[in-house]
Amino acid sequence: MKFYLEVWRQKSPNGSGKLEHYEANDIPAEASFLEMIDIVNEDLTKKGIEPIQFDSDCREGICGNCSLTINGVPHGPGRGTTCQLYMRKFRDGQIITIEPFRADSFPVERDLVVNREAYERIMQAGGFISERAGSAPDANSVPIPKVVADQAMDAAACIGCGACAAACPNGSAMLFVSAKVTHLGLLPQGKPENDRRVLSMVRQMDKEGFGNCSNYYACEAVCPAGIPASFIARMNRSYSFASIKESVGISI
Amino acid sequence: MTLDAKIPAGPLDKKWTSFKNTAKLVNPANKRKFDIIIVGSGLAGAAAAATLAEQGYRVKCFCYQDSPRRAHSIAAQGGINAAKNYQNDGDSVYRLFYDTIKGGDFRAREANVHRLAEISNQIIDQCVAQGVPFAREYGGLLDNRSFGGAQVSRTFYARGQTGQQLLLGAYSALSHQIALGNVEMFSKTEMMDLVVVDGHAKGIVVRDMTDGKISSHAGDAVLLCTGGYGNVFYLSTNARGCNVTATYRAYKRGALFANPCYTQIHPTCIPVSGEYQSKLTLMSESLRNDGRVWVPKRKEDCGKEPKEIPEDARDYYLERKYPSYGNLAPRDISSRSAKEVCDDGRGVGPGGLGVYLDFADAIKRLGKHVIEERYGNLFEMYHNITGEDAYERPMRIYPAVHYAMGGLWVDYNLMSNLPGLHVLGEANFSDHGANRLGASALMQGLADGYFVIPNTLGTYMASQFGKKVDPNAPAFKEAVDSVKARVQKLIGINGTRSVDSFHRELGKLLWDKCGMARDKKGLEEALRKIPKLREEFWSNLKILGSADGINMELERAGRVADFLEFGELLCLDALNRNESCGGHFRTEYQTPEGEALRDDEHYDYVAAWKYEGDGQPPTLVKEPLVYEEVKLATRSYK
Repeated sequence: MKFYLEVWRQKSPNGSGKLEHYEANDIPAEASFLEMIDIVNEDLTKKGIEPIQFDSDCREGICGNCSLTINGVPHGPGRGTTCQLYMRKFRDGQIITIEPFRADSFPVERDLVVNREAYERIMQAGGFISERAGSAPDANSVPIPKVVADQAMDAAACIGCGACAAACPNGSAMLFVSAKVTHLGLLPQGKPENDRRVLSMVRQMDKEGFGNCSNYYACEAVCPAGIPASFIARMNRSYSFASIKESVGISI
Repeated sequence: MTLDAKIPAGPLDKKWTSFKNTAKLVNPANKRKFDIIIVGSGLAGAAAAATLAEQGYRVKCFCYQDSPRRAHSIAAQGGINAAKNYQNDGDSVYRLFYDTIKGGDFRAREANVHRLAEISNQIIDQCVAQGVPFAREYGGLLDNRSFGGAQVSRTFYARGQTGQQLLLGAYSALSHQIALGNVEMFSKTEMMDLVVVDGHAKGIVVRDMTDGKISSHAGDAVLLCTGGYGNVFYLSTNARGCNVTATYRAYKRGALFANPCYTQIHPTCIPVSGEYQSKLTLMSESLRNDGRVWVPKRKEDCGKEPKEIPEDARDYYLERKYPSYGNLAPRDISSRSAKEVCDDGRGVGPGGLGVYLDFADAIKRLGKHVIEERYGNLFEMYHNITGEDAYERPMRIYPAVHYAMGGLWVDYNLMSNLPGLHVLGEANFSDHGANRLGASALMQGLADGYFVIPNTLGTYMASQFGKKVDPNAPAFKEAVDSVKARVQKLIGINGTRSVDSFHRELGKLLWDKCGMARDKKGLEEALRKIPKLREEFWSNLKILGSADGINMELERAGRVADFLEFGELLCLDALNRNESCGGHFRTEYQTPEGEALRDDEHYDYVAAWKYEGDGQPPTLVKEPLVYEEVKLATRSYK
């Protein structure tokens, strides 16, 4: 197959970038999108052009390292990460635009590589259950209804890629934050810290400059892990309760 | 040189307890004085970083990914073993211990494996407490499934994403400690060398992958939790970035590398489809709980649609050869059997390199919805990659490189022969012998990180009071300078070939000569070819751009340079071991039925290799394996 690529090239975080035109020739339909870029990069190297820099690691859809916007959509057409996107999904001869994830809180470092440390700081603000190794009771001492465990797992499946914030017109990270708040909040082990967690994670999210949710649901549409936007509503509810408690002086 | 594994005295099942009763302790106020360097943030690294920080040590943790949550432990699918016996099916600590020793073809250290089995139960408790959403039954209690090499159901799982959930658990604990200021996290920072001061590991040299800056960090102990070296084969189920550099650099600084020839080829991966391919995708072993593996009995049928091949024309070869374990035979055996039928010309799919994994019977028995619930995400992944629907047509699978049982040599304390250097998880050699059982890697990574090292590190630390090294000691400058020189050398070669082309060539050579089956002739050929390829690499590599910023070709080049040396060590070890055991199958040594033929008289030892300088053959140091509890037996899964 053959493709005409428009690829975002940017030398440094502070430099300006632009789309460069490259041709992708002799691409097998079975190749993944990233393997297509690998082939193009081999070709560019031969021609003496610096290869396109992009993040990837596991290449099986779980590590969350991919950060490409393809034809305007984070991770491109279909559900799943960029590494799980295969060239047979495209038309032979198609023009494909490749940009990094676009969100104010994810500054571009080079070409298609973005900095997602903001998500790290949100996690550090409260995305955990305080527990010391060695202090746990027997695993079966607290039964958890299957439906609850299953729903917690639905939320825990988030891969932290950042596509939600990149897709959102407000650059909101609420799908990401709500997934963690829901995952830990549903489980009996996480409940003691629910109020503290939701308040500090949401506040950190605001501090990082992510926008608010205005029910556009682009996040849900692009999420490779299938995290539903209804978790955002759940988070808003927890947040309201926790902030009311806080404002009337109930200790949390 | 002799190796002392420092195994505690006493009966096997009391060793760990007596170790803990008498281990040296460091009081909390003193722990604050120690800086611990941890390289890697997967299950072993993140668990160790979080736990040591909880105890009061000052921790610096490094990873090459942009977040510790992306370490490749995240990709483990199937599950984690524990001897809880929640199923009341006869499981016990002893049985998990014995299965693991047997699965490893009697080439692992008894005391380490028993400790692992003992700790397994605590891991599950720990993970549940930190919010890992394991699969549950309607009554609210934990569910289990079976894995290869076991006749009990002892595997805990979270859909097909167990590794992800366990890593997120460890990562959340790590994030907590970062927030508390107990761990300083360095992401996108790659270890380039180990710093050894007066014979002790006291620091590392790292490269900041964003701005290219090379610097050193001093510490009181160094923990390598850097995973395995499967990517030496280029195509593997490892992540693109997985590499041997940290452990290989430590080897070049004096740490012994043990059993590098023990590599695991996983039986259920999606077959290779072309030259362009950058990695192979695993289909979890758990699929073998319900899927049946077969190929046509006659070569003529291979091109037919599977549906058109009647039941009596199919060869369910695992069920035929190993009736008591059937499709759940251990990985090495299943992989070799797949190779055998394909070598026999009965493979299916492109190039005849594939076998069927068929769910038709399970769907008939349980209904599609049950299979969907159990393996939905795997079927989806398979569909994505191959464009085929595995509910309708059997999956095509083929073995692929997956895991490294070999690694740096460590004693019972997880410390290498270099004092201060500790090695955890897949990066060490200690627990899986010559073959790892499914769902045991997660168990070992977390055991090492949460429960072993927090108890054993004190042994070394207690001897280090008042011995802080000077971060400006000459050893640091020497190491930084040598790393800088090497990076400049790589970027200055200015040849014509890309990094990947060298890596692919090395990988293909190793897969052909040192893959699922090995022989003397092939290994000698590889040992002749690798140095030539290495020479070409250092004279004809082409890397564009500079070393002062993000340059992924440069990053890969450094890793491939180490693979090009390490590959030789791997073949050398395989050539030295004149027997077949577990993942190491030498075609000269097999039973008439084609099973691995061990030679306990001559090879019942850990082969630990000592670096003697570039161009010099390494020295073999043997650690004899002493079996006090288990009788060596021929593995049988029939």
